Amino acid sequence: MSNVPMEYYLILSAFMFCVGVAGVLIRRNAIVVFMCIELMLNSANLTLVTFSSYLGNSIGQVFVFFVMTVAAAEAAVGLAIIIAMFRNKMTVNIDEINIFKW
Amino acid sequence: MINLIYITVLLPLIGFLINGLFGRKIKNAFPGSSGEKIIGTIGSATVGISFLIVVGAFFQTISLPVEQRSNTVELFTWLSVGGLNVKFAYLVDQLSLTMALIVTGVGFLIHVYSIGYMHGDKSFWRFFAYLNLFIFAMMNLILGDNFIVLFLGWEGVGLCSYLLIGFWYDRNFEKGTTSQAAKKAFVVNRIGDFGFLLGMFLIYQTFDSLNFTEVLSKAATFPVAEATFGLIAIFLFIGAIGKSAQIPLFVWLPDAMAGPTPVSALIHAATMVTAGVYMVSRTSIIFASAPAVMMIVAVVGLLTAIMAASIGLVQNDIKKVLAYSTVSQLGYMFLAAGMGAFSASIFHVMTHAFFKALLFLAAGSVIHGMHEEQNIQKYGGLKKYMPRTYLTFFIATLAIAGVPGLSGFFSKDEILWYSYANGSFIFWLIGMLTAMMTAFYMFRLLSLTFYGKERFDHHHVHPHESPSVMTVPLIVLAFFSLVGGYVGLPKVFVGESGNLIDSWLKPIYAPAMNKLALYGSHSHFEEILLMAASVALALSAIYFALHVYTKKPEIAENLSVKFKGLYNLLLNKYFIDEAYEAAVVQPIQKGSEKLLWKVADVVLIDGAVNGLAKLIDKFSAGIRKIQTGATHAYAVMMLTGIALALLWLILSL
Amino acid sequence: MINSEILTYLLLTPIISSILVLLFKNEQAKLIRWFGVAASLIAFVISLVAYTQFDQANPLFQLTHQVVWIKSLNVSYFVGVDGISMLLILLTTFLTPLTLLSTWNAIEKNLRMFTFSMLLLEAGMLGVFMSLDLFLFYIFWEAMLIPMYFIIGIWGGERRIYASIKFFIFTMFGSLLMLVAIIWLAVYASSITGFFTTNLLDLYKVGPTVPHQIQAWMFGAFFLSFAIKVPLFPLHTWLPDAHVEAPTAGSVILAGVLLKMGTYGLVRFCLPLFPQSSVEYAPIISVFAVIGIIYGALVSMVQTDMKKLVAYSSVSHLGFVVLGIFAMTIESVQGAVIQMVNHGLSTGALFLLVGIAYERTHRRDIAFYGGIAKLVPVYSVALMIAVLSSVGLPGLNGFVGEFLILLGSYKSNVLGSVWFTVFAATGVIFAAVYLLWMYQRVVFGKVTNHELEHELTDMNKREILFLAPIFLFIVWIGVYPSTFLNMTEVSVQTILQQVSAIFFVNALHRNWCWYCFICYNRN
Repeated sequence: MSNVPMEYYLILSAFMFCVGVAGVLIRRNAIVVFMCIELMLNSANLTLVTFSSYLGNSIGQVFVFFVMTVAAAEAAVGLAIIIAMFRNKMTVNIDEINIFKW
Repeated sequence: MINLIYITVLLPLIGFLINGLFGRKIKNAFPGSSGEKIIGTIGSATVGISFLIVVGAFFQTISLPVEQRSNTVELFTWLSVGGLNVKFAYLVDQLSLTMALIVTGVGFLIHVYSIGYMHGDKSFWRFFAYLNLFIFAMMNLILGDNFIVLFLGWEGVGLCSYLLIGFWYDRNFEKGTTSQAAKKAFVVNRIGDFGFLLGMFLIYQTFDSLNFTEVLSKAATFPVAEATFGLIAIFLFIGAIGKSAQIPLFVWLPDAMAGPTPVSALIHAATMVTAGVYMVSRTSIIFASAPAVMMIVAVVGLLTAIMAASIGLVQNDIKKVLAYSTVSQLGYMFLAAGMGAFSASIFHVMTHAFFKALLFLAAGSVIHGMHEEQNIQKYGGLKKYMPRTYLTFFIATLAIAGVPGLSGFFSKDEILWYSYANGSFIFWLIGMLTAMMTAFYMFRLLSLTFYGKERFDHHHVHPHESPSVMTVPLIVLAFFSLVGGYVGLPKVFVGESGNLIDSWLKPIYAPAMNKLALYGSHSHFEEILLMAASVALALSAIYFALHVYTKKPEIAENLSVKFKGLYNLLLNKYFIDEAYEAAVVQPIQKGSEKLLWKVADVVLIDGAVNGLAKLIDKFSAGIRKIQTGATHAYAVMMLTGIALALLWLILSL
Repeated sequence: MINSEILTYLLLTPIISSILVLLFKNEQAKLIRWFGVAASLIAFVISLVAYTQFDQANPLFQLTHQVVWIKSLNVSYFVGVDGISMLLILLTTFLTPLTLLSTWNAIEKNLRMFTFSMLLLEAGMLGVFMSLDLFLFYIFWEAMLIPMYFIIGIWGGERRIYASIKFFIFTMFGSLLMLVAIIWLAVYASSITGFFTTNLLDLYKVGPTVPHQIQAWMFGAFFLSFAIKVPLFPLHTWLPDAHVEAPTAGSVILAGVLLKMGTYGLVRFCLPLFPQSSVEYAPIISVFAVIGIIYGALVSMVQTDMKKLVAYSSVSHLGFVVLGIFAMTIESVQGAVIQMVNHGLSTGALFLLVGIAYERTHRRDIAFYGGIAKLVPVYSVALMIAVLSSVGLPGLNGFVGEFLILLGSYKSNVLGSVWFTVFAATGVIFAAVYLLWMYQRVVFGKVTNHELEHELTDMNKREILFLAPIFLFIVWIGVYPSTFLNMTEVSVQTILQQVSAIFFVNALHRNWCWYCFICYNRN
C-alpha cells in the first residue's frame, strides 16, 4: 500500500465526491439521489482513512466508524421517508415532491 | 355646641344613607302615604336637628369675645403627602355660621315643603336621599377649614345638583331631556372647577398650605407679587363664575329648572349658587390684594345682573323668570364683592335666600295647583284660588323689588350704595336700571299669575290651594322676607354699629379692609338722595308693570311687535346657548370624531402601525418566491454557497 | 413568625394551582370555577399576610428572598418588595378573584384552559412586581404576555385574532429593546464592578454613572418598552382593540393590572436607573402625557361602543399617571402611585359593569341602550358610582390621585412650566363630559328599545358580591387615603432622593426651556 501515493487516494475520493454531487443535482430518482449521498459519505470516509494511515494516527479511522454508523441510521430513516413518499404520491421522482414550496 | 358641629354634617349623611339604602324597602313596607311620611320625616328631621345645633353653635359663638369667635374642629387627617397636610376639619366662625344657618334653616323648610310637593312621586325616597346628600355636601363646603374640604363640598353639591336636575330622568325638558340639562349643569360647573383647581395649585405653590387660616394670614403678611394674587384671584373667580352662574358660564342655571321645584328653591336659588359668593368672601384678602381682579369681579357681576334681568323681562315660564332673576341677583352679590362690600354680599345672600326660596316654593305651589303648567300666559286670576300662596308670593315680590321696609330693600340698597361710593356713578346707574327691571318683571309675573283674567282652561284645570305642609314653610319664609333685613339697617340711619350683620362679619374681612382702605368721603345726603331715587324708580317700575299687565295688556302686545328684533333677542336669551353650541360644543365634538378619532387615530397612528406590518408582508411575499420547493434548487444553492465560502477562505489565506 | 420566603409562596400559589386546574375535565365547570376563585383567594390571603410582615417605614426592599440561579452570569432568583410594589401586588391579588367570579356565565368554551391562563397571568404579574433582578423581571414581563395573548385570542370577540396579534407584537417590540438595554447595562456594570450582574440593587449604583450619551439610549429603550405598555400617546392604538376584543375578565386585568406594569416600570427602573436622562426628557415625555390626557378624553367622548369608550378613557387616565411620575415631586409621584390603584379599581369596575350588560344583551353600542334606570336600578347606581369615581369626584378615589398629581406637577421644577398642569387639568372637564354623556345616554331617558325590557335583568347576588369590594375601596381611598399613601411614602421618597441628587447638576445642562408668563415666580 505504501507504494501507492496518497494523492491517488485523494483524487479518487474527490472524484467519488463529485460523482455524488452531480448525482444529487442531476438525477430525479430519489433512490439514486440517496445512493449518491452515500457515495459522498464514502468519499469522505476514504479521505479520512487515507489521512489516518498517512499520519499513523487512528483517530481518522475511529471517525470513519462514526460516519458509517450515522450513514446506516440515515439510510434507514431516508429509505423510510422515500417509502412513505412513494405511498403518498406513487412516485419517487423528486420533481413531483415539492410540498416544501411556499 | 361648637365642638359638635361635625354632627350637623354627619346627620344629613346618615339621612342620605338611610333613605338611599332602605328608602325603597320603607316604601314597600308601609304602603300608602305612611311610608312617605317616614321617609320625609327622616329627611327633614336630620336637617332640622342640624339646624338646632347650628343655632346652638351660633349663640355659643356670639357669647364669646370677638377674638375667640373663630374655632376649628378637627376630625382626621385626610391627605398627607410631603409638605401637604390636609385635615378633615371644620372652621366655625362668623361667616361659616351665617351660611350654615341659611343652609340648614332654609334647607329644613324646603325639606318639609317637599313632603307635600313630592307626594305620590314613585321615587319619593330617592328625592329625599339626594336632598340630604346635598345638605351634607353644602355643609362641607361652608364649614371646611381648607380649600380641599371646600372643594369636596363644591363638587358634592355639583353632583347633587346633577342628580336632582335629572331627577325625573324620563321626562322631556324644552328641546331635550332633563338629563341633558343635568349634564350641562355638571359640565359647565366643571369648567369653573378647572379654574378653582388651578387657583388651589397656585395657592399651594405660593403659600405652601391649603388651610384657610394659614393661607389667609400669610396672604395678609407675606410679600407676594400682586400679579400672583391677581392670578390666584382670577382662577378662584373662574370657579365662582361656574358655580354661581355668572357670565359667561351662566347658561346652565336656566336649564337647571328641569329639576323639581323644591330643588330649584334650595339648590339653584338659596344655597348652592351662592357658594361662589361665599368662596370669594372667604378669600376676601386674596381678592383685596388684587384690585384689578376686584374690578373684573364687579364688572362681571354688574353685566350679569343687567343681562339676566333683561332676559327675565320677556320669559313666559314661571320658573325661567325666577331663574334669570336668580342669575341677576347673584350678579348683584358679585358686584358687592367686587366693590369690597363683602358683608353686603353675604347680607344679600341671606335675604335672597329667604325671598328667592319663597318665590320658588310659592311658584311650586302654583305649579302644583295648576297641574304642572308652568306658562304664565296660561295662568291669571289665581289670587282667589290660592290665597296663602298669593300672599306669600306677594311679600316675596315686594322684597325682591326693593320696596322699603322689606328685606330685599336693605341688602340691595347697601350694594347700590357701595357701588357708588367705592365704584362710580355708572355702576350705580346700571345697578339701578337692573333694580328697575327686577321690579318690573317681578310684578309682571305677579300680575300675570294672580291678577287679571283667568286664561286657563276651566274644564281641565281646577286650581286649588296647596296643603298646609307646603304653605306653612311659605309663611315662615315670608316672615323672614319681611323682617330679615333688619339685621342690616343702613349705617346712615343707625350708625356704625347699628348694622348688626356688618359688625358680626367685620372681623372676617378686617385684613381685606386694611388692604383696600376704601371709603372716599361721601356725605350722608348723597346716600339718602340715591336711596330715595332708587325707591322712586322701583316704585314707578312697579306701577308701570301693574298698569300694563292688569289693565292694558295690549301695551305689552304692541311693544313686542314694535321692537320685534329686541323682543326675540331677549326671548331667545341673546342666542347664547346657540352660540356656544356652534362655537364650542360642535367643533369639539366633530373635531374629536372626524379628526382625532377617524383620522389621527385610525388613519395616522394605526395606519402607520398596520402600514409597517403590510410593508414587511410585501417584502416577505417578494423573497419567499426563492423557496421554489424543488430540492435540487436548494442543493444547488447550498453548493454554490459552500463553494463561495471555500473560495473566500482560500483567497484570504 | 413567617419566614422571608412568603413572596415565593405567593408566586408559587397561582403557578401550582394553574397546573392543578389542568387535572380537571372541561365538563366539571362548577368545580373549575370554584377552584380558580379559591386558588386566587389563597393568593390574596398570602399577600395580606405579606402585608402584615411589611414595614412601611423601612425604605429598603423587604421580604427579600434570593437563590442563585445562573452562577456564571450572576443571575439569581431575587424577589422583594417596597411600598409601591406591595400596593400593586395587593391590587393584583385583589382583582384576580373578582375577575374570576365575573366570568361565571361569560366563559363557556374550554373553561379549564381559561382558568389556567388567568392563574398563570396572575403569577406573571406578581413576578413582575416583585422581581429585583432584571433578568428575572424580563422573564416575567414576557411570560405574562402569553396567557394574555391566549385570553384575547381564544375567548375574545369577533376581531380577536387581529387584536391579540397587535397586542403581542406591540409589546414584544418594546420589550426586545428593553432586553438589549438590560444586557448593555449589565455588561457596562461588569466594566465597573468587575462582574456581570443583573441584580437591581447593584445596578441602582451603576446606572447613574453611565455616561450621558449611553444612558440616553438605555433610558430610551426601557422607556419605550414601558410607554407601549402604559400606553402613552401615540403608542396606544393596541389598547382599544385589545380591550374591545378581550373578554370582560381580560379587560379588567388588562386595565387593572397590566397597564400598571408600564407605569410601575417607569418608577422602579427608569427613574432610579437613569436619573439624568429621566430629568432631561421629563418635559418631552410630559408633553406626550398631556396630549394623551386630552386626546384620550376627546376620542373617548365620540365613541359609540361602551367598551371602547372606557378603553380610551384609560389612555387619558394613564396620561395623568405618567405626568405625575415625571413631575418628580413627592406629591405627584405619590398621586401617580395611588392613581395606578384608582384606575385599576374604577376602570375595572366600569369594565365589569359593561360586561354585565353585555352578558345579558350581547350589545355594547351606546345607541342600543337608553332609559335603563327604570329597568335595572341597582345596576344604574353601581354604574353611577363607577363613573363618578372615574370622573374624579372628591370623596371617591379618583380625586385623590388626580389632585395630588396636578398639585405636584404644578410646582414641579423638573417640568419647569405650569402649562403642563393647566392643560392636564382640562382633562378634568372632559372626563365629566365623556363619562356623564355616556351615562346619560345609557341610563336616563325613556326606554327606547323594547328588547331591553325582557333581556336586561338587574344585577344578581354574585355580581353584587364581586363589585362590592371594589366599591368599598373606591370609597376608602376617597375618604381615608392615608392607609395607602403612608404605605408608599417612604419608598417614593427613596426613589426621588436618587433622582434629586442628580437634578441640580443636570438642571443647568438643559439647553432649552419652556418659557411662559408664569416663569417669573419660579426663580
